[in-house]
Amino acid sequence: MNLSVDIRHSFSEFTLNAGFDVPNGITGLIGPSGSGKTTLINAIAGILRPDHGRINLGECQFFNERIGTCLTPQARKVGYVFQDYRLFPHLNVAKNLDYGRWIRGLPNDTAKRSRTVELLGLEHLLGRRIGSLSGGEKARVGIARALLSNPQLLLMDEPLAALDADRKKEILPYLERLRDEAELPIIYVSHALDEVIRLATSLVIMKDGTVKMSGAAKDVICNADSATFLGADAVGALLSGTPTGLVADGLSEITVSSAKIWVPEISGDPSRKLRIRVRANDIILSRKPPEGLSALNVLPAKVTRISGGMDAARMVQLSVGDELMLAQLTARSVHALELDKGTDCFAILKSVAVSHNDIGGG
Amino acid sequence: MDLGLGPAEWEAVRLSLWVSMWATLASLPFGLLVAFALARWRFPGRALLNGLVHLPLILPPVVTGYLLLSLFGRRGPLGQILEQSFGITIAFQWTGAALAAAIMGFPLMVRAMRLAIEAVDPKLEEAAATLGASRITIFLTVTLPLVLPGLIAGAILGFAKALGEFGATITFVSNIPGQTQTLPSAIYAFLQVPGGENAALRLVVASIALAMLALALSEWFAKAAANRVAGR
Repeated sequence: MNLSVDIRHSFSEFTLNAGFDVPNGITGLIGPSGSGKTTLINAIAGILRPDHGRINLGECQFFNERIGTCLTPQARKVGYVFQDYRLFPHLNVAKNLDYGRWIRGLPNDTAKRSRTVELLGLEHLLGRRIGSLSGGEKARVGIARALLSNPQLLLMDEPLAALDADRKKEILPYLERLRDEAELPIIYVSHALDEVIRLATSLVIMKDGTVKMSGAAKDVICNADSATFLGADAVGALLSGTPTGLVADGLSEITVSSAKIWVPEISGDPSRKLRIRVRANDIILSRKPPEGLSALNVLPAKVTRISGGMDAARMVQLSVGDELMLAQLTARSVHALELDKGTDCFAILKSVAVSHNDIGGG
Repeated sequence: MDLGLGPAEWEAVRLSLWVSMWATLASLPFGLLVAFALARWRFPGRALLNGLVHLPLILPPVVTGYLLLSLFGRRGPLGQILEQSFGITIAFQWTGAALAAAIMGFPLMVRAMRLAIEAVDPKLEEAAATLGASRITIFLTVTLPLVLPGLIAGAILGFAKALGEFGATITFVSNIPGQTQTLPSAIYAFLQVPGGENAALRLVVASIALAMLALALSEWFAKAAANRVAGR
């Protein structure tokens, strides 16, 4: 189901101006603190009624100013994982989890419930009072509570902010599966691209209340304009790959488009699709095939665009097979290599520049 | 000294409990509404309402009693309407004592209830809405369970205050044994006659016991309210 948003709302101190369209999958909603991310998802949830515009989920009109439609939150069937959790303090964990099902009078899907409870590691918490939970435990209960209310859209406001790295690592694959299995669009709010990049199929970038860029995650990451909002160290490429099955010296070989690259050894199913994040400032360009070089990955590439402003840095967009990637170079290097649109060259990537956190399920 | 209460003293205690109970029950819905309005809603005249509710706390009780007498006495505008339309007489009846007690206890009741309501985060209600609850369901399943102990604490506090009401009551409905002579009025009456000190003292002890019991109960419920909101 497609989520389509086009709204404007004025507050005394700032104006929300958001227009974007995202398909199923996980949409990373990225922006600095105070850029209006939570306000935007509040409008999607029906907690805030915007001044102007419309919000649709598939055929369902959540909000349409022109015809005066504004569905109540309970009619929107949106699961919302709040940043401050908002668990009901007078109910225990189990009753918090069952609240949505109970309110809507839905039948008890014990299989789904026990699966969700198990995945979020809540078995031993079910009888506990909310006041006795740690921040991480509250976050997990909040995620489970939203999922068990059978939403048709899931909004997650920095859901993993309170979790330690180990628990994050456990929950991320679960969200990946949710993304791939459920016909459920997920909006995942975060101030840090790093947290969502291995999950997000789409990205929406906000700044000062305005949506600046939106689109498929792959396209946003390899677009030089994104660097203005995300920083030069955030952009680069999101490569789709499949392991060849070859593993040697602690490295795994991955087929990416027409090329093969080596990355730190990955575990799990060797046939699964992967997405590998590459940073623009980890790429070196060479006009000739390099020799006697320590870097393992040399990819034949063609320059598609060079952008950059007044300072010393340039963003060079390359095509590598069907993939696009950005390389950050100095203006001097661009000049010295006589790079221009259409120039053939070689993109060089150190295997160790790709960390485990940069590799997610595709 | 004999602390067992005589029939006349028991009558005063019984009447006090009776009057305070009705004062509390009758003011409960209004107290709840006003507490909610002050805690949650922004409306013109909010400051005025807040002032009016707290007025009996500050005003000399005799002034409150006099105002009640002027309004609800036989010749008062509201008293006439009640008597002619409904056949209800308030002046010099136990109902009048209950009205005076209700007005005097109202500020304490509203204050405790308001604190309980303000302790509940309205964001929890938003969360319930996203989980599919309608406004009425949210009130019944989230708001009310969270504020209930605080509401009970407020009601008990109002009840305790009503038990001790003296100035407004004696001004408004006088001091008629069996009709309007509540505990404080009875103590006052016993102190006016020679040899009444023992009876007065017994009632004083009864007053202190009732007040302590009510305060302890109120405190217990207020603590329960705080625990519930904190999820303990």
